[in-house]
Amino acid sequence: MPAKALPVPTPETAPFWDGTKRHELRMQRCNDCAQFFFYPRPYCRHCFSANTEWRTLSGRGTLHTYVINHRPPPGWEEDAPYVIAIVELAEGPRLMTNIVGITDPTPDKLPIDAPVEVVWADVSDEITLPHFRLV
Amino acid sequence: MTLKYSVAIIGAQETDAVGFLPDMSVPHLHAQAARNAIQDAGIRRDDIDGVFTAGISPALLAEYLGIVPRHLDGTSVGGCSFMILVRHAAAAIKAGLCDVALITHGESGRSRVGATRPATDPQSPMGQFEAPYGPFGPSTMFTMGVARHMAKYGTTSEQLAAVAVSTRQWAMKNPRAMMRDPITIEDVLNSRMICWPMHLLDCCLVTDGGAALIVVSAERARSMGLDHPPVYLLGAGEAVEQQMISQMVDFTSSAGYRKAGEEAFRMAEVTHRDIQHVMFYDAFTHTPIYSLEDLGFVKKGEGGPWMAEMHGAPGGDLPMNTNGGGLSYTHTGMYGMFAIQESVRQLRGEAGERQVPGVEVGLVHGPGGMFSAAATLILTNQPGD
Repeated sequence: MPAKALPVPTPETAPFWDGTKRHELRMQRCNDCAQFFFYPRPYCRHCFSANTEWRTLSGRGTLHTYVINHRPPPGWEEDAPYVIAIVELAEGPRLMTNIVGITDPTPDKLPIDAPVEVVWADVSDEITLPHFRLV
Repeated sequence: MTLKYSVAIIGAQETDAVGFLPDMSVPHLHAQAARNAIQDAGIRRDDIDGVFTAGISPALLAEYLGIVPRHLDGTSVGGCSFMILVRHAAAAIKAGLCDVALITHGESGRSRVGATRPATDPQSPMGQFEAPYGPFGPSTMFTMGVARHMAKYGTTSEQLAAVAVSTRQWAMKNPRAMMRDPITIEDVLNSRMICWPMHLLDCCLVTDGGAALIVVSAERARSMGLDHPPVYLLGAGEAVEQQMISQMVDFTSSAGYRKAGEEAFRMAEVTHRDIQHVMFYDAFTHTPIYSLEDLGFVKKGEGGPWMAEMHGAPGGDLPMNTNGGGLSYTHTGMYGMFAIQESVRQLRGEAGERQVPGVEVGLVHGPGGMFSAAATLILTNQPGD
């Protein structure tokens, strides 16, 4: 079976992937406008400041929106149907992820804004993905 | 200074056929569309001094056509690129950078003759922050906000299905449309689930085809003695919000849609009540709902009920996607050019059985990528001052 796509970190994103490998959800926060942003980049998405720092987040959030994919790409045949979601973290930023731990996912099992928490998927020796589950 | 009434579309034609064209490569589709549009405009190839295209390089287009233009534009940001290129052509002509603009589209979306399928670079933002979660094309990403639109506004799967039904009713009047059998709401809801909330019949077609436009100054168009009315540019807008769907700020509303629409209406100096025909790019059944709402034809949340009431269907008060749309007519991948073609046909009075009677002002709107770029055109057959 073809392998699932894995990320290859770049210099500005390495702190995120180093964090996930340690099972820590780390993102950048802007010290000027006091907001988190994601994905990682040298300048704040909100105010373009370079005065940013990495912080560890709670790993808690809400299910902002999602789809349930029934037509899997190569490598995902065993997973379908599966949930691709946008999670809004308690600290504000959002990320794309999978909602795991639901057998035969259907919309009634996945209310919008439902609370979620991070679970760690060690998908290779180098890469750990942040997945989420309903709490 | 304004681009209002700066230019007119004097040539607008598609490839001889659209749909399944396994014998035509991508550049052939561009070139056949260009020949047809050149003939339609009554000009010669060598009159063209500006080339505008997306999906392929304008350098390939010029080379394949055998011309040396003095202006080129390769803005390629997805399906709305051709609306953007009309706007850019207007600016270039107004500035004297070229006099006769050719805008082409050609895509072997179904047969993939001479087409490449770009892989996602695992180091790119998409490769790092979306691809690892199993997205598989637009059906899994373009649709990401629909669940939230449903939760926030009460939009239903039946209302989404009504878009497919309405559009199919138009396609049944178009002999060139790929899908012409009548369908019901139940047919849509019972079709195979592709990616909830999108069933098979909520998704656009995948086809081969091409189309092209010839654009000149409005002054030149008026003096040409064309056997069809020139179609004048009243308003045009373009914008971009993000590249990746996960970066969208409000999943229930496209910032690009709003900005492009506002810009086009401001330039055109018309109101929504003046618009008699709309082409809303329908990659999926939700994109016309977002278009209707984000361009201000209805309030947020009223798009679904509007579709269910069939306002855009044959006999409705705002005919929408009268060619049969990306859902039932054709969808090569970058469909926006076909939306423009149908708007021009309607404004010329050449739409046959599906002709909107007395239409004077039409609007074309759509996304590029997945709510990434956006563009709006407002066109008219009225010659102005």
